[in-house]
Amino acid sequence: MPFDLTRPIYLQIVDNICRRVARGELPPGARLPSLRDPALELEVNPNTVQHAYQELERRGLTFTRRGEGTFLSEDPQLVDRLRQELAGRAAERYLAEMGEAGFSPAEALAALQERVKIAERGV
Amino acid sequence: MDVIEVRALRKRYGRTWALRGLDLQVEEGRVLGLLGPNGSGKSTLLRILAGVGHPTSGEVRVLGQAPGRATKARVAFVPEVEHIYRWMRVADALKFQENFFADFQPARARELLEFMGLDQASPVSSLSKGQRARLKLVLALGRDARLVLLDEPFSGIDPPSRERVLQGLLMAYREDRTMVISTHLVGEAEKLFDRVVFLSRGEIFLAGEAEELRQRHGKSIEQIFREEYR
Repeated sequence: MPFDLTRPIYLQIVDNICRRVARGELPPGARLPSLRDPALELEVNPNTVQHAYQELERRGLTFTRRGEGTFLSEDPQLVDRLRQELAGRAAERYLAEMGEAGFSPAEALAALQERVKIAERGV
Repeated sequence: MDVIEVRALRKRYGRTWALRGLDLQVEEGRVLGLLGPNGSGKSTLLRILAGVGHPTSGEVRVLGQAPGRATKARVAFVPEVEHIYRWMRVADALKFQENFFADFQPARARELLEFMGLDQASPVSSLSKGQRARLKLVLALGRDARLVLLDEPFSGIDPPSRERVLQGLLMAYREDRTMVISTHLVGEAEKLFDRVVFLSRGEIFLAGEAEELRQRHGKSIEQIFREEYR
């Protein structure tokens, strides 16, 4: 996973885990790997991974069981919640970019619908 | 617990001040990047922490004690200069380190050696600069040291060796082990640091948590480094 080093790394790890949950790769209740493995894999300081795990817990996405590690929340709404959050953020970025180019939200939506039609025809 | 405590540290070589009043605290389990161009005082500070250089004035405590014989037994120091005898074979260098330091773990060192792609039978004189840098790291990380001080472990070596050194350092991380790594090549190494200290002419002019600096400046540590030292 390549990082954008101009932004805090731990937040990028948090985003990556959220995306994996939204895609269904990490099921609710799954145990997250111990700090060491992701640190070696991502080539970051283990404290950075811990920072990411703390942030996930602060957002209520994970919980820790003493001596056992960090687990994803067992809340059945978790996946929906993350999907909505990610969709909301992507939509905001899209609207902001269109706004800068002088499009109204309605025009942005029309452009998006047009694109969706083209994409569907392609399939 | 603070593994390193430095207060008002000054060091003079003849008429030149190498360190002009440094204050620094480093907690256990941190990986500190000591950044600055050549001549900024990084090596002088590391040598003093290692107990091989002595302050002109100020206070230094390492693992709760003044640097000296007792701290040297628990601190692994890798100087920038080549300190391994070239007539040795790799296996001799390991044996030498084992005889010298009670905390040397031969099995651990052999594992690291393999990871670093080094052969015990190779004469040190046949190793490339990058391979010698890897060997230096194996000798230091093969010890059960509480504090590891590395002076410019990435400089002058090829990219594959840099990568191995970086991974070796990550593998050596433990919650009860503190590392201080000096470098004038920030690059990929910045992912390793949780705290950074920028030195210039013997003074700290910027210090902080790496992640907070990224957030505050909207820049990588390397970009901040380049701008500050322009």
